Amino acid sequence: MNGMLPWAISFALIAVALAMIFAAIRLLRGPAAEDRVLALDTLYVNGMILVLTLGIQFGSRFYFDIALLIALFGFVGSAAMAKFLLRGEVIEP
Amino acid sequence: MTMDEIPFWADLLGSLLLISGGLLTLIGSLGLLRLPNLFARMHGVTLGNTLGLGCVLLASILIASIHAERFVFQEVLITLFMISTSPVTTILLMRSGIYRKRADTEKEPVSGQDTN
Amino acid sequence: MKRWPSLTLFTVILFALWLLLNDSLAPGQLLLGLILTVIIAASTAAIRPLRAHPHHLLTAVGLLFVVLIDIIRSNIAVAGIILGPAKRRFSSGFMKIPLDLRDPYGLAALACIITATPGTIWAGLSPDGGTLTIHVLDLQDEGAWVRTIKQRYERRLMEIFE
Repeated sequence: MNGMLPWAISFALIAVALAMIFAAIRLLRGPAAEDRVLALDTLYVNGMILVLTLGIQFGSRFYFDIALLIALFGFVGSAAMAKFLLRGEVIEP
Repeated sequence: MTMDEIPFWADLLGSLLLISGGLLTLIGSLGLLRLPNLFARMHGVTLGNTLGLGCVLLASILIASIHAERFVFQEVLITLFMISTSPVTTILLMRSGIYRKRADTEKEPVSGQDTN
Repeated sequence: MKRWPSLTLFTVILFALWLLLNDSLAPGQLLLGLILTVIIAASTAAIRPLRAHPHHLLTAVGLLFVVLIDIIRSNIAVAGIILGPAKRRFSSGFMKIPLDLRDPYGLAALACIITATPGTIWAGLSPDGGTLTIHVLDLQDEGAWVRTIKQRYERRLMEIFE
C-alpha cells in the first residue's frame, strides 16, 4: 500500500551500480597506480553500500555480516596496496 | 517479513535517506571521472565513504528496527570501523602519491607519461 | 597497576563491541566476552607505546557534533564542485598550516577529522611537528581554512588531550 520504499531502494541500487561502473572505468583507465588503488577502494565501499541496500530490500540480517566482512577485507587490501606503493614493502622487518 | 507494514513516517524517512545516500555515492564516483588529477579525485571518494555510507546505514538501522520491533543498531559497528580505517587508506595513498610524484620529477623533469 | 585506568576503558569498549557483534545478552556470551576481552586487553597492553590522557569528555561530545555538521556541510559543498562548472574543479592545491598541537593522540584524531571531512586531506606533518600540510579541493581562501582548522578542531583537541 505504501509504495515509496521499494522505489527508493530501486533508485539507490541503480545509483550505486552506476557508481561502481564509474569506479571500474577509472580502475581500467587510471594513469597512475595510485588512481587504480583509489578506484579499487571506491569499488569496495560501493559494493558494501550495494549489499546493505539489498539487505534492506530483502529484510535479512545476513547481509549485514557480508557488509562487515567486505569492510574488513577491503580495508586490509587497499591499505596493503597503498603501503606497498609508498614503501615498496608491505610488512617491514 | 513483508514491506507493507511499516508506518508512513518510516517509509518517507527511509526513502529520503536511501535516495540521498545513493545520490551522494553516485556523485562521489562521478568525481573519480570528472576531477582532473589524483589528489583532487581523493576528495570525491570521501563523499561516498562518509555521508553516502552513513545515510544507507541509518536507513538500514531504521528499517531493521521496525521489522524486528526493537532497536537494532549493529550497523554502528560498520560506522565505527569505517571512521577509524578509511582515513588510514586515504592518508597512505596521499603520501605515496606525493612521494612517487617527487621521485618522478627528480628523475626526469619533463615526464610525458604523467598526465596529472 | 599504573596502566589500570586506560586498560579498563579499553576492556569496556572491547566488551561492548563483542556484545554488539553478537547482538545478544545471553549469559554465555557475557562470560565468553569477558574472558576474551580481559585476555586481549592484557596481551595488547604490552605493545601500546604511549598512554593517552583524555579529559573534558563534554568537549569531546561537542567536537563530535561539530565534526558531524562539518561533514554534512562539506559533503554538499564538494558535491556542488563535482557537478559544477569546470573552472572550479581546477582550483585544488596544497597549503600549510602552523600547528600548536603536540600530543600524538590529538594529532591522530586531527588527521582522522581532516581526512574524514570531504574537501580536505591530511598530506603530512613537518619533522618538528610545527607545520601541517593539507590538500584542499577548493583552494580559494586560505585564511578561512586556517581559521576553520585552528579554531574549530585544534582548540578543542588541545583542551581534550593536553
